[in-house]
Amino acid sequence: MTESYVVAIDQGTTSTRCIVFDRRGQLVSLAQQEHKQHFPKPGWVEHDAMEIWRNVERLAPRVLRRAGITIDQVAAVGIANQRETTVIWDRVTGIPVGHAIIWQDTRTDALVHSLGALPGAAAVSDISGLPLATYFSGPRLRWMLDHTPGLQQRAERGEVLCGTMETWLIWNMTRGSHVTDVTNASRTMLLDVHELDWSAEALDFFGIPRAMLPEVRASIGAFGTASEAFPGVRIGAALGDQQAALFGQTCFTSGEAKCTYGTGSFLLLNTGTELVKPGHGLIGTVAYQVAGESACYALEGSIAMTGSLVQWFRDQLELISSAPEIETLARTVADNGGCYIVPAFSGLYAPHWRSEARGVIVGLTSYITKGHLARAVLEATAWQTREVVDAMNATSGLALKTLKVDGGMTADNLLMQMIADVLDVPVVRPLAVETVSLGAAYAAGLAVGYWPDLDGLRRNWHIAGQWMPAMDPALRDTEYANWQRAVQRTFDWIQPA
Amino acid sequence: MPGTVQSIERAAAILRMLAGGRGRLGLSEIARSLDLAKGTTHGILRTLQGVGFVEQDRGSGQYQLGAALLHLGTSYLDINELRSRSINWADPLAARSGEAVRIGTVLEGQALVVHHVFRPDDTFQTLDVGALLPLHATALGKVLIAYRAGPVPADLPAYTRKTLTAPRELAAALDQVREHGWAADVEEFTLGQAAVAAPIRGYGGLVIGAIGVSGQVERICDSHYHPHPHLVTSVRDAARAISRDLGAARR
Repeated sequence: MTESYVVAIDQGTTSTRCIVFDRRGQLVSLAQQEHKQHFPKPGWVEHDAMEIWRNVERLAPRVLRRAGITIDQVAAVGIANQRETTVIWDRVTGIPVGHAIIWQDTRTDALVHSLGALPGAAAVSDISGLPLATYFSGPRLRWMLDHTPGLQQRAERGEVLCGTMETWLIWNMTRGSHVTDVTNASRTMLLDVHELDWSAEALDFFGIPRAMLPEVRASIGAFGTASEAFPGVRIGAALGDQQAALFGQTCFTSGEAKCTYGTGSFLLLNTGTELVKPGHGLIGTVAYQVAGESACYALEGSIAMTGSLVQWFRDQLELISSAPEIETLARTVADNGGCYIVPAFSGLYAPHWRSEARGVIVGLTSYITKGHLARAVLEATAWQTREVVDAMNATSGLALKTLKVDGGMTADNLLMQMIADVLDVPVVRPLAVETVSLGAAYAAGLAVGYWPDLDGLRRNWHIAGQWMPAMDPALRDTEYANWQRAVQRTFDWIQPA
Repeated sequence: MPGTVQSIERAAAILRMLAGGRGRLGLSEIARSLDLAKGTTHGILRTLQGVGFVEQDRGSGQYQLGAALLHLGTSYLDINELRSRSINWADPLAARSGEAVRIGTVLEGQALVVHHVFRPDDTFQTLDVGALLPLHATALGKVLIAYRAGPVPADLPAYTRKTLTAPRELAAALDQVREHGWAADVEEFTLGQAAVAAPIRGYGGLVIGAIGVSGQVERICDSHYHPHPHLVTSVRDAARAISRDLGAARR
């Protein structure tokens, strides 16, 4: 008998990756392709959805070749994707009517402001579990319909379709199946998060024609069989990338939490089959749903900029030539020298949700070197994590005991130590940093019976590294107070026109 | 004397020009000064850019000496970058072997641990990133010195009775490492412990680090104190995968 494998497609913000996993959940091969970031105006960020689809088509044979396997050895494919990124395309030609507008884009700022003043705004927040913000797909769809002549009419006639990235990929892979999963749908503001279907009230509020929306399905189940990219392979699962990471970290039961450190960072706490009433700037979201079972929910704290602050340091300030060098530079000094960077480049997410905030560097003196700045960049990620953990503890009534981490930034030892220090709990890295892809693979494998059950997946989870807190409590308190003062200084920068 | 390689001579001339000039130079300027075809010059510049010896200014398109050239004598690859690029391959190695994985590079005559993956049995372990190991008594260290130019270190302190302390003995062992492409240490640093390591190569095949597994001697070795062949294969596969990601040519 030849060995079989599961493939994950991780359609991320900066790149798309295909990864082959074996039965132990270990990475066998990886192929990755970056795509272009379009910045047409300040605050606008777009992707070419067609470029992303072509990348998937190109990566599929490449990753199988690197693994030395054939397509008939692939038991299932699972998709994890950047969430809230939205694209509209022509149902007949399959050509997008414009670029995909991505989750970081803040063009809907004014729109969100005026929508917030309408009656019904509070009800939509209750139904969707989300605060009204530029971050989510609903306002983005409204903006696209408003700014493309004739698009509203075409949408009502069912001539154009919309979707988040998993919907776009599945539509292309299956040549025309228009579906989404509950985790992605729960990020649109259009889903009734209790009923797990599109809310007529929310659609009405945003003026979105139902005809353009995909069918909502359980995350783990059946999304059809691919005819493109991985022809003949069953698509077993689709999950938003952060939900996929929670699944990949095997946080299957209430009280388990993980934080993924990537472009932005996302702390998710499993709250079981009950949707906890969110507060303190946290979001209620669907964690996953197995077909035929009740959904599992999570509390989420999102941080807009963590890895992307390092990228900015590299690409815009050109103080380092590769992202990992931030650690080398930060280690040239012993502390931040009194300097703090709050990366509110497109506002602040959890726990503040201030879209009018903008970034600051405070505490600059002649003493400050680029080493201090590098340290402040890393500390910004640590302190932002602390703020979200404080909010989680307050909302859930639980105290976090350890933090499971994953994502590219876990390769930064100094940062991981800083996080353990400022949280005063151990930080644990599992034996698979690619948990987003792993979660998609696990979910897809579970759907087709490649893995028997959740316990089987849990046995694959092992500690690969652990950082213990070692910071003087008095220093921690002083530094946290300084950070909070720095955050205050970002508020109210953008003034209403 | 064997014949010289013309393109290397030309590359050297370009580097001298960039080093001696007043900052950045354009393609036409370089081609004209050296009396070379533009296409040839461009090809050489692209190659030099690929290995980091030359950088191209994004705005003007002009060329200047690259950062890698300035750091030639010190560190070839940033250690944090080495960890970042290796992490995806170190984890599967730990999973497959069931042993702890370490990645090392040379720092001032010792092997610096730049990455450490715990033995995947969920027992309590402590990260030893930043620890320094002796080059002559560990598998990681032997790989690192085997591929370095220069004489074998003269001062070889003993850690156990099995440590190689005679320079001739060590030189013979390093010959074996180069011949087989991997190194082992069996109770040479710590009693009861054994390790296997293989080289990580960067551009042009230069060895820039080593990756290895270590654990109890009865798990790493067979009854003749030889490392299990499947462990050697796993270590070498991981080393090759990292090397490929770092731009080493396939071999």
